[in-house]
Parts: sequence; C-alpha cells; structure tokens
Amino acid sequence: MTFVQNATLVGTSLERLEDERFLSGMGQYVADIRKAGMLHAAIVRSSVAHGRIVRLGLDAARALPGIHAIVTAADIPQPIPRIPLRLVPLPEFAPYHQPVIASAKVRYVGEPIAVVVADSRALAEDAIDLIEIEIDSLPPVGDRDVDAGGSFLFEETGTNVALRYHTTSGDPDGAFATAEYTRKETFQVQRHTAAPMETRGLTAQWDASGQTLKLYGAAKVPYFNRRALAAMMNLPETSLELIEVDVGGGFGVRGEFYPEDYLVPFVARMVGKPVSWIEDRREHLMATNHSRDVGATVEIACAKDGKITGLRGEVFGDMGAYIRTNGGVVPTAAGMFLQGPYRIANVDITVLALMTNKTPVGTYRGPGRFEANFFRERLLDMAAADLGIDPAEFRRINLIREDELPYSIGKRAPHLPEAIYDTGDYHNAFERCLTEIDWAGKAAIQGRLIDGRYHGVGIASFVESGGAGPKETSRFVLEKDGMVTIAVGSSMLGQGLETTFSQIAADALNIPISAFRIDHGSTARLADGLGSYHGRSIIVGGSAVLDGANKFRTAVIEAAANLLGRPNSELRFENGAVVSDAGASVGLGQIATSRPPEDGLLSVDGIFLVNKPTYSYGTHAAYVAVDPDTGRVEVLDYVAVEDVGRAINPMIVSGQAIGALVQGLGGVFLDHLIYDEQCQLLTASFADYLMPTATDFPSLRSIALELRLSPTNPLGAKSAGEGGMVPVAAAVGNAVGAAVRSCGTQPLTLPLSPSKVWSLIHESAAAAR
Amino acid sequence: MSRKIDITLDVNGARYVHAADTRSTLVDFLRDELKLTGTHIGCEHGVCGACTVLIDGEAVRSCLMLAPQADGASIVTVEGLAAPGGELGPLQRAFRKHHALQCGFCTPGILTTAHALLTQEPGADADRIREVLSGNICRCTGYIPIVQAVLEARAAYRGPARAGQPL
Repeated sequence: MTFVQNATLVGTSLERLEDERFLSGMGQYVADIRKAGMLHAAIVRSSVAHGRIVRLGLDAARALPGIHAIVTAADIPQPIPRIPLRLVPLPEFAPYHQPVIASAKVRYVGEPIAVVVADSRALAEDAIDLIEIEIDSLPPVGDRDVDAGGSFLFEETGTNVALRYHTTSGDPDGAFATAEYTRKETFQVQRHTAAPMETRGLTAQWDASGQTLKLYGAAKVPYFNRRALAAMMNLPETSLELIEVDVGGGFGVRGEFYPEDYLVPFVARMVGKPVSWIEDRREHLMATNHSRDVGATVEIACAKDGKITGLRGEVFGDMGAYIRTNGGVVPTAAGMFLQGPYRIANVDITVLALMTNKTPVGTYRGPGRFEANFFRERLLDMAAADLGIDPAEFRRINLIREDELPYSIGKRAPHLPEAIYDTGDYHNAFERCLTEIDWAGKAAIQGRLIDGRYHGVGIASFVESGGAGPKETSRFVLEKDGMVTIAVGSSMLGQGLETTFSQIAADALNIPISAFRIDHGSTARLADGLGSYHGRSIIVGGSAVLDGANKFRTAVIEAAANLLGRPNSELRFENGAVVSDAGASVGLGQIATSRPPEDGLLSVDGIFLVNKPTYSYGTHAAYVAVDPDTGRVEVLDYVAVEDVGRAINPMIVSGQAIGALVQGLGGVFLDHLIYDEQCQLLTASFADYLMPTATDFPSLRSIALELRLSPTNPLGAKSAGEGGMVPVAAAVGNAVGAAVRSCGTQPLTLPLSPSKVWSLIHESAAAAR
Repeated sequence: MSRKIDITLDVNGARYVHAADTRSTLVDFLRDELKLTGTHIGCEHGVCGACTVLIDGEAVRSCLMLAPQADGASIVTVEGLAAPGGELGPLQRAFRKHHALQCGFCTPGILTTAHALLTQEPGADADRIREVLSGNICRCTGYIPIVQAVLEARAAYRGPARAGQPL
C-alpha cells in the first residue's frame, strides 16, 4: 500500500472549498428546501413517559381549516414497521426495536403518537392543541435497578435488562485473589447528547405516476436509510432517492433512521403533495438520540510496584425506551475501551443494556469511549495515590510499549472480533503531552491552595478505534467540460470532505484542485455507500477516492490511446493531459468531447475494502483551578496530543480536535439531560440544557502527531474526529481530583457542576470534623 | 387567528413592501417571504443566536421578534455582508482563513454579531469578543478559531475610511 509520492496538497492546510457558500448565506440546509404546493407536518408526541393509549380525540383538530391529514397508528399498515438496527444487531435486542409510531403503549416523553399535515407549521401546531389524548399512566422505569419495581416496558420479555454479556481474558479471578493491592469504585457519566445547531428535518416528495419518492434531509448514512425505508414502504430501493443537502452538524445523532424518516414519506405519499417537517428545538431534545448515560463499577488489581495485574468491572448502559439503529454500541464500546492503552493481562468485563422510560440512546462522538476513559483513568489516579506512585510514573509502568505491538486485548464482546492494537508509540505521545503541560514543573502546585483556589493537573491516555469497514465506494465521472465529478458514499456533516477528498484526488492525479467537484448529494449516484461515522470518512472514503483516481488515470490513458493512435505503454497522464513519448498530447476536455454519444460519459468506480479498524492514541493533560467557595472549575490550560497517522489537512484536523475538546468539556461541566422521578425531561430547551459558549474554555491546545501511519489504508490515516473527545472527562476528572485531594473526596460522577464540586469539597470536610 | 398586514422595510439595501402574517416571527418572514434563507433557526427561543440579524445596526435575534415589529426598520442579514460583487468581506475572509466554521449553520448569526461588534468597537480585544459572542452557540469549532478570525478582521473596521460603511 502506497500513497502518491509527490503529495503537494495532502498535508497542507488548504482553505476549505465549501466555506464560501456557508459564509455568504448560500448554504442549502433542509429547512431551505421549498417545493411548490408544499405542506408542513408536525408530530404529536407523548407527554407521558409510560402508559397505555386509551383514546385519541381528533375531531376538533380535523375540523380546523388548512388541515390536510392527521395520521395515527390506526392509519399505518399493520404490522407497524419497526426501525431496524444498523450496528450491533444482536438477536437479544429484537423485542426492543422502535415502532415508527406508538399504538397501544407509550414508552418515553416525546414518542410520536400522531402526525398532523397542514398548510403551515403554525396551523399544524394549532391542530395539535385541539387533539385530546387520554393515556393511562403506568409506573415509569428510570433507576438503574430497572426490574425492582416490577414495571416492564415490554411486558412480554418480563425484564428491562435487554442484554447482558460477559468477557474475560487471562485469569482475572486468580489475579484478584493474589493481588497485593485492589480498589473498587463506582462511576457514572450523565445522560447528555450532541445537540447540533441544526435540528433534524425532512422534505418528502412523492411522484404518484412513477411511484417514486425523493427525500431531502438525509445525512450520515443515506444508503442504509434508503434500504430501510424501501423495505418499510414496500418499494424497490431504486424507487427512492435520498438527498443530502448541507447538514448543520451531526456528531453521531443526525442522520440515523428515526420514526419521522418513515412518517414524513408516508404522509407525503398519502396526501400526494410534498411535505416538510422541521424539528423544533424542544422536540429535538426529547426525540433525537440521547447518549452517554453509562455507569460502571470497576476494580483494579496492582502489585505494590505499580504494575497493573487485573481489571474487572460491570458496565451498565441506560438505553432509554427502545434500541435504536446504533444497537448496543454505547455500552459495548464502554466495555471494549475500559482497558485502554495499558498492558493488563487479566480482564473481566460484564456489560448490561438497560431499558428505561427515557428517550432512546444512540451514538455521540466518542461513544462509550468518553465514559470508559473516565472510569479507568480516574481509578488509575486513585490507585497511584494509594500506592504512593506519581500518576505519570504509574502510567509509564503500564502503557504498552511499541515493541509489544501488535497487542491483542482479546474479544471484548461476543459479537466483536478480537481487538488488536496495531501500531504506535504510546510512550512518545505521552511524554510529549507531559512536556507540553510542564508536568514536572507543575508538581509544586499540585493540590495547593493558591490565591484561594485549589490547583491541579491531570493526565489521561487513550487508544481509540476508527475507520470501520467493510467498504466504501467512489465514482469518477469525466464531465463534458473536462471537469471531474467524484461521487462518494461518504456524507458531509461539516467536516470538510469536499476539500479533503479534492486534495486526495488532486494529488493522486496531479491536476488542479479546481478540476474536481465532490458529489455527496444523492443515493442515486452509487449502488451503495456506508456514510460517515466512526471516523471513517477519510480512512475508508478517502481511500476509495484514491482507488478511483488511480483507475481514472488508467481509463483516461486508454481513451487517449485511441485518439492518439499510440499504445497505452507509451502514454502517461501529466498536468491534466495524456502525453505520448513522442510529445503528442490530449487534454481531459478533448477526451470528454471526443467520446461518441452512445458511450456516455467516461466513468470509473473506485472501491476500498477493509476489515480492520485503525487505532489512534494519545494523551491529554488538563490544568485546572477549583474555587472552594463556589465549586467553579476554571480550565487554565489543556493539551491534547494524538497520533492521527496522516493529516490530510492539518487545519481541519486541528479544528476537529479543538471542537471535540470543547464538546467534551461541555460533557464534563455542563451538558445534562435531567429527568425527574416520573421520567419527565426537565431540560427541553437551551435555557435548561447548557452547552459551552465562547467565554468558557479559551485556553486549549491540540497537537496532531504523525508518528506512525496506519497499516489499514493507503493514506496511512487514523480517525481524527473523536480523539479530541474521548479522554476529556478523564483528564479533567483527574485534574479536579488532584486539586481537591486534600479535601478527602474524589470526583466519581459527572457532570462536575459547581454544586457537585462544592459538595465534594465541603461535605468531605464536614465528614472529617 | 392570524391576519396579514403590509410592512415596509429595507433588507440588505433593497426596499420591500410585503404582507406579513401578524403572528409570524421576523426570521420566518425573512426566510419564507423574502426567501433569504441564509438566516438560520437554531432554537426559536433566543438562546443560540443562529438567527441574529442587524436591525438599525444592532444585533438582534430575529426569532424573538414579530415581523410586523420590523416595519420601517433597516435590516442586514448574512446575505448583505459580502461586497456588492459577491466578493467575501474581511470578516468572512478571516473566518475562512482561520477555519472558524465547520458545518456553517451558526455562522450567519456569528458573522452578524461580530460585524455589529467590530462596527461599534473596532478595537475590541479577545475578552470582549468572547463576551459578545457568548450569546452565540457553535457546536463545531470550540470558538477558538472564531475569536482568532474576529481579532484579525478588526483591522478592516478601523480608520475613518471604513467607519459606518457596510462591508
């Protein structure tokens, strides 16, 4: 596997090609799509967390002028379609798939009960106010002890534990039986979510004569959604076109198949007119995937000299009311990444997926990893303190060395293959981070009260998978004007693919970047595409672009051979033209226009197949000051070091890292989806659901290393979008833990809100008195 | 429950006399009636700042205002920030240079907010820029490149030649 030798654009911080339209207000997001005669939908949602639907009174709403349809479960073909799992489709989850609309029972606040179609969104909402909904409440399930109350979300299963599995490596029982030191703690990462700035939205347009559907607003995984929707609507896949316009952020939650992805096309087909549905922010916070909400009880075994001899634990994920498309990814990944980049021979991990009357959980940037790193790195710091070993030295003892790679951590779930860390120099990234934060120099202020605030420095190391296979495709088309359109199966959610894919193609073919147009806009372009998640767009999608470029060169030379009357062996592709040894030359434009009409446009397909993930890794360090009077934590300095293999566009890589850091810091301090005892969501507005703003975290640094190319792909790239996120709670948790160590209590749960930090300091002080 | 009244307003230098639904927000009016979809709706309750436009020079949340309240106003939206030929203005260019946008959804509201700030306070320092932008939520960038871009664009707002001119 080799990448082009003469890379001139790859590796440079090219300004983004997509920016001009965004900066001038010319981006086109789904709410900007207008169709003649378009109607508007609004969703009637359950206000009760758990109950039986007794009656829906629709007459008054139906009588309102401007209302075209009100659809309930009774209008949907039976059996009501249920949303398939895209990832981790374990048979245990089968009873818990979400129906596209509630019929007999409701299981979370926000679950769709009916769809109103009207001349305007405002009229549709007027109609919703006139709908009478009678629901008999059932006891809600919200605590971790999900089966204690005897109330079951799905009575037929007789339990609210959807999944439980157990994996081991080595001899954990023996390791713990003979351990010189053990410590066990219980941790919790609170429920929060991505909250992209653009809410979800769809515009569906049904063509009755052709029996075809166009659906605008696809994102992330349009080809999977087309397949799922085609099956639900009983249509051939080719009768559906899912169209991806500009997307205002994804971070995992946007673009998955939600109930509305069926309901909006269904009502559009029913009323025979285009129908638009744009989620409002309140809906978004109760209907779009939540995430995190993983807890764990973890125990570590060590020798007195600091060598970790065993790790065992139970990881419990609150999945909410249904298992949606991401299946068990969140708790599974938390179990998978609990070991991290450390040499631990004896491991025992149990994973549970719990059903509760809350919004279903899906993936959010760094799913399971944000949680697992917090659990492990916090426990490591507590063990190091108990053993009297410096936290950095404790990690040096246990971090896997390069000469131990490849390193297998075994099978960490029944449905997953053996996980093998491939390449890297974990110690190099670790030492670089310590140098950047001045770990040695800061030893003097560790835990000290300085000018009324406790200061602390924390570090956390991680390893992180990306680049999920099995494949991605691309199609290079030579347009009549000599331009090259590259259709890709990857999706764009703000990560700059139009630029980075163009950089790869331009280098591979050595022609100007302006010759390319990246087309990620429609499922009509390719037979299949896997989309953008798991840090896979560059790794798998970019490698498919590279493969397409190489095949395109061959095809162009072949086409020119006929025009020039020379054999392929005497031709080469240079500066946008095919040149013969004798000096004759034919440009792309000429090749395009000289094709006979019956041949159509010159087109080649690229593909990249891969069955192994990449493993990026690194270390983060946080330096904080904790105000004991208010509990407020200020992040004074933060350094993130990650080996990304190869940075296609370093500016974009840095942007991903800094953006992820701030989202991660939000998860540490602010973001929190709070439910009351009745499983009512208390944080359904941006006044209640807090996220970082410009004043919160001004002092952050990211350092992308290119220490070791990934062996899985010709670009050598590793995931660069999530490493900025995954160890943030770990590093900050350790910094706060170091700062308040003299107070006696350690942070074990997130968020580290001022009230919680204040309590940590003062309640332990009170207990000591 | 709703009726329409005619309102007159200037938007990006063009005069409009247009019927507005009395219960339509200004942002819906701009987007649906005037087809200026560069102004985005992020929360519809005045927190996120995506819908920020300039009304008589002040940065205002167009989701918190009814369209008829804009009768007689002079409005600038993101579509009005570029030069007449469509060439990006200095703030927009700085955003591109510093990678101060990713998905682009919050960008119009941040550009209008920053434009109002630099027009009134071309010497604003990083702390002041952060303070003013703290009313705009961005989920992609982490704000650091946005602050760098606004700092760099200050030069274009300084000096008598540019004072008070639209960019």
